[in-house]
Amino acid sequence: MSNEDMTNFAFTPENLDAARKIIARYPSGRQQSAVMPLLDLAQRQAGWVGLPVIEYIGEMLEMAPIRVQEVVTFYTMYNQHPVGQFHVQVCTNICCLLRGCDGVAEAARESLGIGWGETTEDGRFTLSEVECLGACVNAPMMQINDDYYEDLTPETAKAIIEAFKQGETPKPGPQNGRQFSAPEGGPTTLKDLTFAGEKG
Amino acid sequence: MLRDQDRIFTNLYGLHDWGLKGAQARGDWDGTKAILERGRDAIVEEVKNSGLRGRGGAGFSTGMKWSFMPKTEGARPHYLVVNADEGEPGTCKDREIMRFDPHKLVEGCLIAGFAVGAHAGYIYIRGEFYREAEHLQAAIDQAYAAGLIGANACGSGWAFDLYVHRGMGAYICGEESALIESLEGKKGQPRLKPPFPAGVGLYGCPTTVNNVESIAVVPTIMRRGASWFAGFGRPKNSGTKLFCISGHVNKPCNVEEEMSIPLKELIEKHAGGVRGGWNNLLGVIPGGCSVPVLPKETCDDVLMDFDALRDVRSGLGTAAVIVMDKSTDIVRAITRLSRFYKHESCGQCTPCREGTGWMWRLMERIDAGNARIDEIDLLEQVTRQVEGHTICALADAAAWPIQGLIRHFRPLMEAKIQARSQSAA
Amino acid sequence: MPKLTIDGREIEVEAGTTILQAAEHLGIEIPRFCYHERLAIAGNCRMCLVEVEKMPKPVASCAMPVGEGMVVHTNNANVRKARQGVMEFLLINHPLDCPICDQGGECDLQDQAMTYGGDRGRYQEEKRSVEDKDYGPLIQTWMTRCIHCTRCIRFITEVAGTPVLGGLGRSEHMEVGRYVGSAVSSELSGNLIDLCPVGALTNKPAAYTYRAWELKKTESVDVMDALGSAIRVDARGNEVIRVLPRVNDDINEEWISDRSRFACDGLKRQRLDRCFVRKEGRLVPASWGEAFAAIADNVKGMAGTKIAAIAGDQADCETLFAVKELMAALGSPNLDCRQDGTRLDASVRASYLFNSTIAGIEDADALLIVGSNPRIEAPVLNARLRKRWLKGGFKAAVIGPKADLHFKHEWLGDNASVLADLAAGKHPFLEVLKGADRPAIIVGQGALAREDGAVLLGLARQVAEAAGCVKTGWNGFNVLHTAAARVGGLDLGFVPQAGGRDVAGILAGAQSGEIAAVFLVGADEIDMKGLGNAFVVYLGSHGDAGAHRADVVLPGAAYTEKNATYVNTEGRVQRTRLAAFPPGEAKEDWRVIRALSDALGKPLAFDTPKQLRERMAGAHPVFAAEGVVKPAAWGTFGASGNVAAAPLASTIDNFYQTDPISRASKTMAECTAAFGAGCGCNGKKTGTHG
Repeated sequence: MSNEDMTNFAFTPENLDAARKIIARYPSGRQQSAVMPLLDLAQRQAGWVGLPVIEYIGEMLEMAPIRVQEVVTFYTMYNQHPVGQFHVQVCTNICCLLRGCDGVAEAARESLGIGWGETTEDGRFTLSEVECLGACVNAPMMQINDDYYEDLTPETAKAIIEAFKQGETPKPGPQNGRQFSAPEGGPTTLKDLTFAGEKG
Repeated sequence: MLRDQDRIFTNLYGLHDWGLKGAQARGDWDGTKAILERGRDAIVEEVKNSGLRGRGGAGFSTGMKWSFMPKTEGARPHYLVVNADEGEPGTCKDREIMRFDPHKLVEGCLIAGFAVGAHAGYIYIRGEFYREAEHLQAAIDQAYAAGLIGANACGSGWAFDLYVHRGMGAYICGEESALIESLEGKKGQPRLKPPFPAGVGLYGCPTTVNNVESIAVVPTIMRRGASWFAGFGRPKNSGTKLFCISGHVNKPCNVEEEMSIPLKELIEKHAGGVRGGWNNLLGVIPGGCSVPVLPKETCDDVLMDFDALRDVRSGLGTAAVIVMDKSTDIVRAITRLSRFYKHESCGQCTPCREGTGWMWRLMERIDAGNARIDEIDLLEQVTRQVEGHTICALADAAAWPIQGLIRHFRPLMEAKIQARSQSAA
Repeated sequence: MPKLTIDGREIEVEAGTTILQAAEHLGIEIPRFCYHERLAIAGNCRMCLVEVEKMPKPVASCAMPVGEGMVVHTNNANVRKARQGVMEFLLINHPLDCPICDQGGECDLQDQAMTYGGDRGRYQEEKRSVEDKDYGPLIQTWMTRCIHCTRCIRFITEVAGTPVLGGLGRSEHMEVGRYVGSAVSSELSGNLIDLCPVGALTNKPAAYTYRAWELKKTESVDVMDALGSAIRVDARGNEVIRVLPRVNDDINEEWISDRSRFACDGLKRQRLDRCFVRKEGRLVPASWGEAFAAIADNVKGMAGTKIAAIAGDQADCETLFAVKELMAALGSPNLDCRQDGTRLDASVRASYLFNSTIAGIEDADALLIVGSNPRIEAPVLNARLRKRWLKGGFKAAVIGPKADLHFKHEWLGDNASVLADLAAGKHPFLEVLKGADRPAIIVGQGALAREDGAVLLGLARQVAEAAGCVKTGWNGFNVLHTAAARVGGLDLGFVPQAGGRDVAGILAGAQSGEIAAVFLVGADEIDMKGLGNAFVVYLGSHGDAGAHRADVVLPGAAYTEKNATYVNTEGRVQRTRLAAFPPGEAKEDWRVIRALSDALGKPLAFDTPKQLRERMAGAHPVFAAEGVVKPAAWGTFGASGNVAAAPLASTIDNFYQTDPISRASKTMAECTAAFGAGCGCNGKKTGTHG
C-alpha cells in the first residue's frame, strides 16, 4: 500500500449524499456492507485508494481500518496506487488468448509505450493485464475505464487508444460491426420476432 | 432447433428496447400479480416440476433449493441473493440478460423472493460490468416507479425491495458463500459448510443464492408452465439454455438453445462451425474453464447437458463452450488457466493457496519444455492432492483442467519437453 | 444427543459438538494448526481432515458438527494421505530454517511433519519470501514462516479487541500483517507468540537466547498483577528466560498480559544480591551479620510504638506473616499492607474481594465499574469482560477514567458524585443494575486510594445492596486489586493493630520523630521523603526506591525464586514455585525475617516453611486451602461522608512499569517508549469505543 500524494480524504458533498444513500440499501447495523461501494465511490473521486480513504471509510462505517484494508487488497479493482486518467485493461484469459489477445496486448503496449502495470509519463494511461472480463464471445477485448471494447484486432485496439490520446471517446462494444454477441453477419435466431407496441 | 417462439431471452442481442416498455411488449411483467397469487408453495412446486437446474454451474434443482428455506419467516428475515458475479472464463451470458433483458431478472427476483419469503433481494454483479449495472439499476428504478416492486409489488400486497451491489474484482465471489461474505463487506472468502445459506446466509439469515439465468427464466416458466419448460432437453436436463460459444469458431456468439443439443450441432448451426472445419477441431472445454477439456472424438456426438457431460468426465458448468482448433497450443492455454486460478485463489485454505501456485509453476515449466517427463506425473499428483481438500470448489476447478489435459493431451506435454531437451542437446 | 462412531468406538456427545471435539473426548488427537478452542473456527489449514462415511470428500473435523450415526475415520490410509498432502503444501513455501528458529523443538509444524511430512521435498520451484513486519519490541516476525492459520488475526480481533492484524492480499500472496497506522499495542499481544503454531511470531526480547529443550519448566503463579494468573517459568540454569501462561480456566484461561510475560528480564537487573549498610551517607556492602547487627543496634530496645512496617505490592504471605509476628514481638502495632493508602477494610473479607470470581463475571448481565481501567489494571480480566460483552445481553458503565476498554460501555463521567447519585437512587443506571439478573460492580483502587476512599467503598456497598448485586448464589460486589500482595496482606490482618498507625500515620510519625524505625517489606511505592529521619530497613529483591532510601538493605527473593503464597483478587490462595535461586546472597524473605528475629532477640516460633504455614493457617483459616475460592460473608463496611471533587482515575499510569521488577525491565522500558504508557487509548478507534 502506497501513501504517495494522498494526505487526507473526504467525500465531496455530492458523494457524501450518495454514500448515505448507498448505506441505506443495507439493514441498519449492517453498514459494513457498504464498504465496497463506498470505496469505489471514493476511488472514483480520488482516483485510487490510499490510507486516508481507508481510514475515512472505516470511520464512516465503524470498521477497523485493517478490515477495510483487507477488502482493498483482496479485490483487484481497487487501485492501491495512483493510476492514469484512462485505465486500459486487456484481458489475456483463455478465450481472448485463443482469439489473439497477444497481438492486442502488443499493440496496446506499443501504442502507449509502457508495459503491464505501468503508467505513461504524462500520467494519462495505465496499462494492466487482467483476468476474464466476461465478454468471451466477443474476444479479444479490453476495458477502458467503464467501457468494453470488443472483437479487437491489433489495428482496432491501437486505433482506440490513439483516439483516447486525441481526447476522443470511441464507441464501445464490438469493433467489427457485429450486433453485440450475435454471430458475425447476423443472428441465427430471433431474426423475425417483432413485438406489438414496441417502438421502432 | 428451438423455435424462436420458445426462446425466453428474446432480446439477447439487444435488438429491442431493454427498458420497461420494451420488456412489457415482449411479455415481461404480464400477470405477475396472478403468479404471486398462486402462492408460495405453488410457485416452488412449478419450478421444481419444470426441472430447472441452477444455471450457474452446479446444476442443483432451483425449486429444491427454494424449498430448503424456512416455511415461515421467524425473527430473522429471509434474503434472496442473485449471483451476477459472472466471471468463469468463457461465460458471458448473464451479462446479456442484465443489459438487454434486465426486466426478466427483476421480475424473476420478485417471484423468487416471494417464493422464498424474502422481502429484500440483492443482485451481486461483478464490478467490471459497470454499464450492465447501470441498465439493471435503471430497470429496477422503472419497476419501482411502476409499482412492480416496492412496498406493494404488483399490487400483490407483498413488499419487495431489490438492490444492486457491485463486486470489485474477485472471481471467487461467484462462490455463493464467498459472495455472501463479500456482500457483508468482507473479503470474499468462502464459508465453511454446514451451515448452508438456507439456514445461515446473509447476515446470518436464511438466504437463497441463485444465478441470474436461473432467476430470469422463472417468470416465463410460471407463465408458460412447468411442462412447457420440461419439454425441452432430456429428462432431468430440461429447459432452454443460454450457450456461449467462443474460441476457434467462425462466428463466436451467445445463443439460446434447447438443452441436450449435440455439441457439434450447436457449434455448426450457430457459431459458423469450427475454424477450418470440424476435422480441424482439437478439443472443447464445454462448460467454462473449470471443467475438463473434451478431445475431438468425444465432441463428435456428445450432448450438451448436465448428465451427458458428466458421463464423459467433464461438465455442463455454465454452458460456456470454448472451442480449440488444431492450431491451439493447448498446453499454453491450460497454463493460462492455471495462472488464472492461482491469481483468483482466495488464499484461505492451504491446498488451494499453495497448490494453485505449484500447479501453475509446473505448468509454466512444462509449457516451456523446461521440465522432466516425470514431472507430469508429479503435476497429476499435485492436482489430486488439491482436489477435494478445500472449503470451496475453486481448487477442484483449478485441478480439473490440468487433469483433463494430462488425460487427453499428455503426448503434447511430453513433446514440448522432448523438443527442448533435443534442442539443448 | 447424537451418537457416532469414531475409529470404531462409539460415543454420544452434545449436539453441536464438532468431530474434532468428540474425538478428543475419546482421547483421539487430530492434528490441527488453525483450530484453537478459544478462537472462532476458521477451518482453513485443512490438517484436521477426516473421513466420514457416505460423505464424498474428506471433511474438516474442526468445523463439522457431529451427526447421528456418523462413522468417522480419523487415521485411515485416505486420511493420512490427505494430511500428507496438506503437510507438503504447508512445507513447500516454509523455510527449512528449523535449526535457527526459536520455535524449533516446540513447533506444531515441525512436530506434525514428523508424522505427515515426506523425507524429501518435491517442490523444485522458487520459494516464497515474505517481508517481515514491525510488531514492536515484543514480537519478532518471520513472515516467510507464516502458514496463514489466522490464529493471530482472530486472537487480536476477538479476544484482545484491538483489531490491527489482518490477512492482506489474496491467493499465495496473502500476507498476515498489521494496519500501517496501528501498533500491535494490545496489553495481551504476547499471547500471539503462543498461539502462532510456527515460528512466524516469536519472543523478541528472548530471541536467539535459548532452545526450548534446554529450559527447565516450573509451574507457578504470576504476581505482576492481582489476578494470580497461572504461569510457567522457563529457566536455563539459574536464569529465567521466559514466562508463559498455563491454562487455568478459573483465572486466565490461557492468556497472560504482556507485563506478566515480558517483565522477566527485570529479574536480572537492579538486583539486590547482598546486604548493604549505610555508612557516612553511603550504602556499603555488608555481610548478613553486619546488616543484622546494624538493625539490632538501632531497633533493639526501641519502644514498639516507634517501630513500623509497610508491605509492598509483591510481598508474599509467608513474609508478611513473619513480619507481622516480628512486629508483635517487638510490640509494634504500626503495620500496613496498603502502601498506596487504599481505604480497604480488612475486617469484612467480602469488602475487599472480587466476590463474583473472575470466571463468574461471565455470568453478570450488568456491570458498573468505579475508579478502574481494567484494561491496564488487569488485561486478562478485561479480556473476560470483552468475552462477556461479545456474548450479548451485557450492559456496562464506567464511573472513572474514560478509556477504550474493548467492550461497549456507557461512560457516566469521572466524578465520584455520580456514584453518590447512584447510591441515592438518583441515577438511571441504577435501574439497569436493578433490572439485571446478576448485576455486578467492580471497584478499582482508583476509587479507594483517596481521602474519601472509605466513603466511596460505602457508597459502592449501598449501590450493590440496592441493585441486588448480593443475593443467594450471587455476589457481584467486586474489588479489583492491582497488587498481588494486597489480599494476602488483608487476610493476614497486616493492617494497623489496636492503636496502630496506617501508612499515612507512619509517614507522619516518621516526619515528627514519633516513628523511629520503619521496615519496608518490598515497599517502593510510598513517598520516601516522608520517612524523614527514621531508620529504614528495606527487604526486597530490587534496588528500587525503597532500597535507595534504606539504612540497611536486606536482599530478598523475587517471585520466581521462592515457593511462596499469594492470594489473588478473588481470595484464591495460590503458591509460586521456585524456578531459579535468588542471586548472590539473597534469601527467601521470610527466612531473612526469621534470622533477623534471632538477631533482635525475639526468635519467631517457626523454622521451616511447613511450620510457618501451619501457624499461618491456624491464625488465618483461609490459608488452609489452596486454589479455591470460598464465598465470603457479606457485612457492613465503608464510611459515610462527602465525596471529593477530584476525578476518579486509575492508580496505574503506565501499564508497562508498575513495580520494581517491571521498572528494572529493559523490555518494559522499550514498550513504554514504543507504545506510550498504555493509557487505554492508542489513538485508533476500534469499533468498541464506549
